[in-house]
Amino acid sequence: MMRDLHFPWLELSILVPALAAVVLYKIRDQRFAQQVAFWASGLTVCLTIGEWIDFGTLGTFSAQDHGSLVRRLFGRDFFVVDELSAPLLPMTAILFSLTILATMRSKAGRFSFWLVMASEAIILATLSCSFATVLILLLLLSTLPPWIEMRKRGSDTRVFAIYMSAHIAMLIVGIVLMRMWGQIPIISNTAAFLLVLSSLIRAGVFPAHSWISDLFEKTTFGTALLFVAPMTGAYVVMRLVLPVVPVWALHAVAVLALVTAVYAAGMSLVQFDARRFFAYLFLSHSSLVLAGLEIATPIGMTGALCIWLGTGLSLGGFALALRSVEARIGRISLAQYHGLFDHMPYLGSLFLLAGLASIGFPGSLAFVGMELLVEGTVEVYPIVGMMIVLAAVLNGISVLRAYFRIFTGTRHVATISLSARPAERFVVIIIILLVLGAGVWPGAAVKSRYHAADILLKNRQATGIDHGSETIEPDGQSALDELLNIHEDEPAGH
Amino acid sequence: MVQCGAIMIMIICGMLIVASPAVLLVTIGLSLLAGHPMSERGVARLTQMMVSAGTLGAVCMLATLLATGQVRFTLELGRWFDLPIEHFHFTIKFLFDRLSIPFVILSLSLCGIIGAFASRYLHRDEGYSRFFLLYSVFMLGMVVSAVAGTIETLFLGWELVGLSSALLVAFFQTRLNPVTNGLRVWSIYRFADGAFLLAALVLHHLTGGGDLELMMGTAPWPDSVCQISSEHALLVGILLIVAAAGKSALVPFSGWLPRAMEGPTPSSAIFYGALSVHLGAYLLLRVGPMLEKSFVLQMLVVSLGVATAIFAAMAASVQTDVKSSLSLASLLQVSIIVVEIGLGLRYLALIHIIGHASMRTLQLLRAPSLLRDHRAVQNNLGFSQPDSQGSQPTTDLTSFQLRCYRFAMERGNFDTTIDERVTQPFLRLFRKFDTWERRWIAFLSVSNDKPEKP
Repeated sequence: MMRDLHFPWLELSILVPALAAVVLYKIRDQRFAQQVAFWASGLTVCLTIGEWIDFGTLGTFSAQDHGSLVRRLFGRDFFVVDELSAPLLPMTAILFSLTILATMRSKAGRFSFWLVMASEAIILATLSCSFATVLILLLLLSTLPPWIEMRKRGSDTRVFAIYMSAHIAMLIVGIVLMRMWGQIPIISNTAAFLLVLSSLIRAGVFPAHSWISDLFEKTTFGTALLFVAPMTGAYVVMRLVLPVVPVWALHAVAVLALVTAVYAAGMSLVQFDARRFFAYLFLSHSSLVLAGLEIATPIGMTGALCIWLGTGLSLGGFALALRSVEARIGRISLAQYHGLFDHMPYLGSLFLLAGLASIGFPGSLAFVGMELLVEGTVEVYPIVGMMIVLAAVLNGISVLRAYFRIFTGTRHVATISLSARPAERFVVIIIILLVLGAGVWPGAAVKSRYHAADILLKNRQATGIDHGSETIEPDGQSALDELLNIHEDEPAGH
Repeated sequence: MVQCGAIMIMIICGMLIVASPAVLLVTIGLSLLAGHPMSERGVARLTQMMVSAGTLGAVCMLATLLATGQVRFTLELGRWFDLPIEHFHFTIKFLFDRLSIPFVILSLSLCGIIGAFASRYLHRDEGYSRFFLLYSVFMLGMVVSAVAGTIETLFLGWELVGLSSALLVAFFQTRLNPVTNGLRVWSIYRFADGAFLLAALVLHHLTGGGDLELMMGTAPWPDSVCQISSEHALLVGILLIVAAAGKSALVPFSGWLPRAMEGPTPSSAIFYGALSVHLGAYLLLRVGPMLEKSFVLQMLVVSLGVATAIFAAMAASVQTDVKSSLSLASLLQVSIIVVEIGLGLRYLALIHIIGHASMRTLQLLRAPSLLRDHRAVQNNLGFSQPDSQGSQPTTDLTSFQLRCYRFAMERGNFDTTIDERVTQPFLRLFRKFDTWERRWIAFLSVSNDKPEKP
C-alpha cells in the first residue's frame, strides 16, 4: 500500500506554475511578468522542497499526494513521488526559479515568461508521473514551449520537429505494441527496440544528437537550458525503458552513451560558438548519466544518479553564468579572447566553479558520482569504462579553455558597468552553496541515490527481464503492467 | 594515561595541520564571495597565522612521535560516504609517518616563506586576493597530498594542486601568453590526473578500499611491503608513473615546466623550484613498495629519470634567462630523485627532495632582484666586472654538437611533437565531424543554409 504525503505537494507544485502561465499569458508588461513568474517559481521551489522533506519523513520508496484531486477525478494517481524523483523535483524548480531571477530586464522581452512557467508545470508533472500514457502526453507537451518560441522568433523549427516527432512516434508505437501484442516475442522485441530508440533521441545519444546543438542556436539560451537540464531523456529511460528492455539492449545503449560522452567532449573542444560549446558539454555529461543508468549495476546507477543531481545543478549554474555574459556582450565567440574577468569577477568565478563541479572536481557531488560510475562501469566493461575518464579529461580541458577565452587573454574596454546585478549575485551564491554543500557532505545524497538505484533494479528483476534468457519474458503484458503500476506495490525486500 | 595524552596531542596536531590551510581557503573565499575582500594586511596576517599553526602542528606531531617511540600515526575522520552492501567506501584518512611528516613540514615552511615574500612582491597588485586564494588552494592540496592515508584522498589533494598551478601560471590574465601556457599546463595535468584516477580505481577494485595500508601493508614506511600481485602492480604502477611524469614534468611532458614561468615569481618558486614539481616524485616514493614488486616498473622509473636528466642537463645549458635556466636545473634534480626512487634509495630521495626544494626556493626568490643588485655592485665599483665564462660564440661545432644544441634549444621538441602527433590530428578530426554535423543540420532545415565555416 502506497503511503500518502501529509499535503498535496505534487499537485500544487504543478498547479502553481500552470496557473501562473495562464495569468502571465495576459500580462503585457514584461517587468511585472518577470515579478509574477519569479514569485510563482519561488513558491513552486518551496512546494517541491516541502514534498522532498515530507517524503523523507515517511521512510518509504514511493508516496502519493494527500487528498489528491486527480485521484478523485480519474480514480487513480498519475502523480507519485519516489526516491528517484524526490530530489529531481526541487532541483528542477530551483533551476527554473534561478533562470527567471537571472534574466536581465533588457532581455525580458525576448524571454516568454508564460511559456517558461508552462514548461515548468509540464516538466514537474513529467518528473512526477509514472503512468505511461500520461507520461507520453506530457513528453509531447514538453516539446511545445521551445517549438512555439522558435516559431515566434521566426527560427527554423524543422530539425527540432523531426527529431521530437520521431521520439514521440516511436514511444507511442512501442508502448502500443507492447500492450497489444506483448506476448509475441518478436513484437515485444520490436517494441523494446522502438522504446530504446525513442529514449536515445530524447537523450541526444549519438547519432541522434544533432537537435540539441540546433536547439541552443535557435531558441533563447534560457529556454534551451530549461528544456534539456532536467534530463527528461534519462527519466524516460528509468520509467519506460529500464523495466522492460533486456540486458543486452541496455548494455548496447550504455556503450553508445559512452561513445557519445567522448564524442561530445571532443566536439566541445573545437566549438567557436559558446552556445554550441555548452550544448556539447551538456550532451557529454547527460550521456555519462545515461551510460550509468544503462549499466544497470547498483554502483554504476548510484553514480549516474549522483551525477544527474550534481551536473544538473552545476551545469545549470554554468549556463546561467554564460547567459548573463551573453546578455551583456551578445553572442559569445570562443574564437577570440574577451578578457571579461575584471568587469565581472562574480560571473567568472561562478563559471569556473560550476564548470569544475560539473566535470567532477573534488569537492563536488559529481566527483563522488564519477568515482562510483567508473567503478560500476569498469565492472561490466573494463576497457569501455575507461572512456568515462577520457570524457572527463576532455571536458575538463574544454571548461578551462572556455573560461580562458571568455574571461582572460586581453583587457576588455567597456564604457558601462558590466558587473553582476544583486539578483545575479544571489544566484551565484545559491548555486555555489548548493554545489559545494552537496559535494562536501555527499553521504546522504549517495545513500538516497543508492537506495533508489537498488529498488529500481529490484523492480526490474521482478519483471523477469533479468532471469533466464536475455530477452523479454513471453508475458510482455505483465511486464508492461508492472511498468504502468510501478508504484502500486512495494518491491519485495524493501 | 600518558599514551592517551599522546594520542590526544597527535589528534589535535593532525587536525591543525589539515585544518589550517582549509580555514585560510574558506576565509579568503567567503570574503571574496560576499563582495568584501579582505585587506592586504588581513590576508597576509591570516596567511602567517595559518601557516604557523600548521607548521607548529607538524612539528609537535613529529616531537610526539619521537617522544613516544612511534613511527606513524593514523588520523581517521570517518567515511565521506559509504555503501556497506557493495563494500564501497570512501574514507578520509591522514597518515603521519617518516615520509609524510618531513614533506608536510617542508611544504608548510616553504609556503610560509613564499607567502611572506608574495605579500610584499604583489603589494597593491590588482590580483593580490586572487593570488592568495589560489595560494591557499595550492597549500591545501599539498598538505592533503602529503598526509593522505587513502589513494582517493591523495587524488583529492593532487587535483587541487593541479588546478591552482594552472590558474597561477595564467595569473597575469590580461596577457595572452600566460593564459595559453596555463591551458597547456592544465591539459597535461588533466591527462596525468586521468591516469591517476584509473590507478586509484583499479587499486580500489583490487583491495576493496583505497587505504594505502591495504596496499602497502601495515609495516611503516619505508619497510612496507606491497600486498598486490606483481602483474597488478605493473598495471597500476604504469598508470601512476604516467601521473607522476605529468606532475613532475618528466619526459615527454617536460615542455610545460619552462612555460610555467609566466606566473608571478612567488608561484614560480612554489612550482618548479620547490613543491609542485616534487609531487610526482613524492607519489613514487609513497608507492615505492609497489615499484619494488616489479623489476620492469623499477627499470621504467630509472629509465624515465635518466632520459629526463639528460634532456634537462642539455636544455638547461643553453637557456638565456635565469628563470628558464633554474626551472630546467630543477628538473634535472627531480629526475635524479626519480632515479634514486627507481633504485630503491628512498631515504636518499627524501633528503634530496628537502635539500633541493629549499635551495631552489632561495634561488628563485632571489632571481628578480639579482640583476638589480649586480648593477648596484657595478655602480659602486665604478667599472663592469668581466664575464667569467666569456661571451665569444663558438663556431667550430661538429654536426653532432649542432644537433644537440638544436635539440636543447627546441627543448627536445616535446611540445611540437605532442602538438603535431596528438593535438592537431585530434582537433582536425573533430572539426571534420563538426562540419559534417553542420551540413546535416543544413540538409534537414527548411532554409537549407550552407553551414558557416567555424
